[in-house]
Parts: sequence; C-alpha cells; structure tokens
Amino acid sequence: MRVHVDRDRCQGHNRCYALAPELFDVDDYGEATERDDGTVPPELEDKARLAAANCPEFAVVLEEDR
Amino acid sequence: MSGHHPPVSDWATDFDHTDPAWAADPFPIWDELRETCPMAHSERYGGVWLPTRHEDIADVAYDTDRFTSRSIVVSETRPVAPAPRGIAPPISSDPPFHHGARRMLLPAFSPKAIAPLEEYTRQYCHDLLDAVAGQEVIDGAVDYSQHIPVRVIAKMLGFPEEDGEKFREFVHDVLEGVDLPPEQRLDNFIKLDAYLTAQAEDHLANPRDDLTTFLLEAEMDGEPLGREHIGGTIALLLIAGIDTTWSAIGASLWHLANNPDDLARLVDDPDLLPVAMEEFLRAYAPVTMARLVKEDMEYKGCPMKQDEWVLLSFPSANRDPREFEQADEVIIDRMENRHSAFGLGIHRCIGSNLARLELRVALEVFIERHPRFSVADPDGVRWSGGQVRGPRTLPLRVG
Repeated sequence: MRVHVDRDRCQGHNRCYALAPELFDVDDYGEATERDDGTVPPELEDKARLAAANCPEFAVVLEEDR
Repeated sequence: MSGHHPPVSDWATDFDHTDPAWAADPFPIWDELRETCPMAHSERYGGVWLPTRHEDIADVAYDTDRFTSRSIVVSETRPVAPAPRGIAPPISSDPPFHHGARRMLLPAFSPKAIAPLEEYTRQYCHDLLDAVAGQEVIDGAVDYSQHIPVRVIAKMLGFPEEDGEKFREFVHDVLEGVDLPPEQRLDNFIKLDAYLTAQAEDHLANPRDDLTTFLLEAEMDGEPLGREHIGGTIALLLIAGIDTTWSAIGASLWHLANNPDDLARLVDDPDLLPVAMEEFLRAYAPVTMARLVKEDMEYKGCPMKQDEWVLLSFPSANRDPREFEQADEVIIDRMENRHSAFGLGIHRCIGSNLARLELRVALEVFIERHPRFSVADPDGVRWSGGQVRGPRTLPLRVG
C-alpha cells in the first residue's frame, strides 16, 4: 500500500499527521506530505486507512496493492 | 440574543439563527430542513440562504468565484470594506489576495509552532481550577472555558494578560451583537480599534518576539502591510479564536456532565481523548460562517440575489446522515470522522491546531482534577445565539 497527499486539496487540517505521524509530515505552513515515497509498511495499513477516512478535504489518497 | 426580532414562524421560510429556539436546540431544526427544504431561505437580514446538507455546504465553501467572504458574520448591513481584502484579512478576503495574506500567517499556527504553548496552557488550566478549588459547584464556562483561549492568544499577540476581560467584551459585541442597531455596532468597532491601535503603538516603540511585532514588520509582495490590514488581522486573531474555542471546551464539558458513562470511560482510558474530542467537535461544532452572493444567479435551483447571505452551517453538515453513520449520536470512539468543524477549502480555520491543543489540554486537566461531575442545574445552562454556539453558563457539580 502507498499513501499520497494531494497538495492541491490539502488545506492543513493536519488530521493525517495527528493520526499517523509515521506516514505523514507537515511543513512550516502546516500542510501535509507523505513521508519518503509513501510506502506503507503492513503494520501501518490501518493507520493509513484511518488517515484517509478522516481527511475533511479528501486529500489523502490510498493506493492498495493488487 | 434576538431581543427585538419577532419569533420565527416557519423555519423553512423565516429562519433566524439568533432566535432563542435555535440557540437552545438547533439540531431538530436542521434535521427537518435537511430532508424537507435543504436550501432554506429567510427574508431576514436582507435575505439569507441556509443549506443544511454536507454536500451543498461544501460546494458553497469551495466556490470562491460565486460567493465572497467580504463579510462572514451575518448582519442587517453590508460591509463597506472593499473586496478582495475585506475588513479582517484573510478571513474576509477572496482570491487572489487571500493566498498571500493567509500564507504569511500559517507558520505561526502550524502544529510544530504551537506545540511549545502546551505547558503554558496546562498550567493556566490548573490555575483556573485552583481558583475555585473547594467549591461544590463551579461554572464550566464562566470560571474555566472562557478564560483559556483568551489567555493563550493574548500571549501569542504579546498583549497584557490581564486584559482578558476586555477581549471577551469585544468578542461578545462583534459576534453576539449582530442584530444591534448599526450605530451601536460601529461604536463597538471603534472601541476595539482604539485598543488595538494603542497595542500597536506600544509594539512599534518596543518591538518583541510576538505576533503583533511580526505583523508590524511583515511584508506582502515586497511592501509593508497597510495599517488597516494589520489592524484587521490582529482583530481577527483576537476575536476568532476566543469564543469559538471556549464554546468547544464548554460543549464538551456539557456532554460529559450529562453522560457519566462517557466520562468514566475517558477517566479509565485517557488515550481515547483525542478521538473523543474529534467527536465533540463534530457533534457540537461551534462555528457557522457566512458568505455573500456575488451576483444574481440561479444556484442549485435557487434564485439567489447579489448581497444575500449564505450561512455555512458546518454544524449541520456534521450531522448529515448522508455523510455520517448514526449522525445524531455522540459516539466517543468514532474512529472514522471526516467532520468539518474547522471549515472546508481555502478558509480552513487557521487556528485549528491551536484550538485542538487548547481543547485537549482543557479537557485533560478538567477530567484529571474532577473525574466525576454533573450538571448542577439544567435550567442554569445558557447557550449563545448567533454564529458561534456554545454554553455561556454551565453550572457543574464537582464536589
């Protein structure tokens, strides 16, 4: 699984950073990005789903492995 | 707060967000409108629209082309401050001016920038409870909630901490005085302006490491900010964070006072608080914003006229069953919670990280000090009217 923050949609609510700081970081403006290339270790997949499900702007995008 | 307004006869055609019935319990009103008249209209205030579904509220919030933020508080009059800056940038600004005016402020309110305020906030919460220690009944709003955001924003702006009472008067005048006669409203603005001017002059003479000095020295597009921009932004920071956060803290305490099982669960499992807090923000979202219609148009089948208001009821969006399962129930371990208590789109509350910090710490300290409390007198609870809803008096039995 991979996560990605759509920077055009992100408005800095910081829900993803609060719920899954292992997967997301915020910049000086409080806007979020995925860490590294967004690869989600298996043990953090639930947190990634939670981050996506809590973003008010639908800015957190999940890519599930096939 | 409605005072001289006639009572509402029909919520679909004559609603008034300052009506005492709305202040006391707005949820049944929104629930019914959402199903029967999802874009309600009232002739009051020169015309107001009220979308109650999440989808419609989001669409208006995102549509900065057809709806202007020139004023975000409904009143009988229309703002004189010109677009795109408006009276209190960036909340009253439209694109493209909005972008720079907001971007300049964002770093001061990022999660990492405000984290150092946690211990200060925690100590202050303890001080407030120390001051009423030994009393069997304390007022969760008057003795506690209302002081916290005032003190923290005063510290960030570098204003005298003892001026908290003055700030609260300003907030009351601006937000709950929406239906006062225009002369009286103007008078209130003049008082606020005089206070801010004195603070700005003091900071010009004695620059220091705070938000006021930052704004006085800030530049946009290579130019210093104008006096009106600085004054408007300081007024915004002072006012916007105060009764909103105090309402969120108070409403959360009110819920816990009425739901001993939820309180006991948080006492046993403090790690649940960050999740529970989001549910309180969803279910009791304090803030409703407003927009003005830019030009006559038909929008979602509604004949909207230029300069009519649109109330953006994020609290109603948060109760929309299309978006939330069991939307009308408060479920403190609701893990999926895409609520919009802090708004949607480019005007997302800039202080949301600070508000969350204050709300979390205020609840942590209160629960730690008073693991059991209840409403002492249900008739003594008074909720504010207007666009910020929260308990203004909240007698709690703690002893």
